[in-house]
Amino acid sequence: MIELRGVHKAFGTNRVLRGVDLFVARGTSMVVIGGSGTGKSVMLKCILGLVEPDAGEITVDGTEVHEGDHDAFLARFGMLFQGGALFDSLPVWQNVAFRLLRGALKRPKAEAREIAVEKLRRVGLSPDVADSYPAELSGGMQKRVGLARAIAAEPEIIFFDEPTTGLDPIMAGVINDLIREIVTEMGATAIAITHDMTSVRAIADNVAMLHDGVIKWTGPVADLDASGDPYVDQFIHGRAEGPIAAVR
Amino acid sequence: MSPLAPLGALGRAVLRLLGEVGAVALYALSAVSHVVRPPFYAREFGVALIQIGWLSLPVVGLTALFTGGALALQIYAGGARFNAEAVVPQIVAIGIVRELGPVLGGLMVAARVASSIAAEIGTMKVTEQIDALVTLSTDPMKYLTAPRVLAATLAVPVLVAVGDSVGIMGGYLVGLARLGFNGAAYLENTVNFLETWDILSGLVKGAAFGFIVALMGCYHGMNSRRGAQGVGRATKQAVVSSSVLIFAANYILTELFFAA
Repeated sequence: MIELRGVHKAFGTNRVLRGVDLFVARGTSMVVIGGSGTGKSVMLKCILGLVEPDAGEITVDGTEVHEGDHDAFLARFGMLFQGGALFDSLPVWQNVAFRLLRGALKRPKAEAREIAVEKLRRVGLSPDVADSYPAELSGGMQKRVGLARAIAAEPEIIFFDEPTTGLDPIMAGVINDLIREIVTEMGATAIAITHDMTSVRAIADNVAMLHDGVIKWTGPVADLDASGDPYVDQFIHGRAEGPIAAVR
Repeated sequence: MSPLAPLGALGRAVLRLLGEVGAVALYALSAVSHVVRPPFYAREFGVALIQIGWLSLPVVGLTALFTGGALALQIYAGGARFNAEAVVPQIVAIGIVRELGPVLGGLMVAARVASSIAAEIGTMKVTEQIDALVTLSTDPMKYLTAPRVLAATLAVPVLVAVGDSVGIMGGYLVGLARLGFNGAAYLENTVNFLETWDILSGLVKGAAFGFIVALMGCYHGMNSRRGAQGVGRATKQAVVSSSVLIFAANYILTELFFAA
């Protein structure tokens, strides 16, 4: 399980996180919603140790994020970045098998390639794509390669940062279904951040609303429409009027 | 405006500069420590060696060729004022191997390589590829910086050696074609005049300049800010800072090696 207690993070005078409390149970899928610039990505980066919080505690299975072997800690995670974050200089299969070609999880090259091709197939890409370079792929294909990379080492915990941003509705639906299938199939714990309400309903077991640096509401996705929280209501219905300022 | 405001602005600028110097020094120490500690990324080192060394050969060679030729003409014309035209081979040789070969080679590599490293790593930074490396349990200092710094430190002395030879050849060709020197005598004067330390000192300078170029490219790339403007700024800063540091290091090394 992942737990955040009173997490604060500021960049200069900009206080992004102002005491985030969040609990994600093992094997469940949490989707964090909230407006642009509310610190959703920063929160994920704090959990991964990419950004150090100014105050508060983040634990994964009871262990503090910054304690112990950080490489071993990160080996438990997979992450799909918003823009894919594929390495331009490497062919697709080496992107997918990146973790399997070096470090503690290193496998023989042929085996790593085989696993990469299998993961590509899992996300609906043909083996022909394996030797292409990321720049030769469409946005949707890059996202799928990013997804294949995130699951290549079969992580216990997967993060998805805006998995459907920039995709057409059909491709977004494909990605949402893939994420749901993969998370269910692997039994992984997942945290996704998104603005896309279709994604929320497709991916989430639970939903948390982040606004003004704190979690305003959290609960099962089934309760989302009847949350009674004015922030959640305004956000999910996309209204300009409400407690969330339209101009930020 | 307070009369002390300019003083305050100056103080802030000095503090910023000192902060930057400290950050670069820490980054350099970290880079060196990652070069000597495993794991080593042989493929990345090989790619960097080709990019920095092999692909810089044409620009370094051409720069040295034309510089050697122009130097021969200048020394001949200047030497004529006190009947010293005959020293062209010796002065071209010592000028090229001690100073112009390493400095111009270093500057050409700075223009070509520091900019390309900063742009590449800066783009990786703004597209979250550096974050992705970390989440894949790979240290960006070890994967991106260490191979480039090591490759540049080893490749630039070789480029300087090639540049020295081509520069002397440039002087030789001009000496023969334009200044009426005898070919065998020109080469004999060059070889007899040069000492081993003249050549070695230039190669040591080359290694220092290579280190500076790769370090500045990586440092500014890693610290690139968001967007195309951030990457452009990082690229410019990498070229400017590595060029200035090459001149400063050249002076310090010349003091160390040759001061009476």
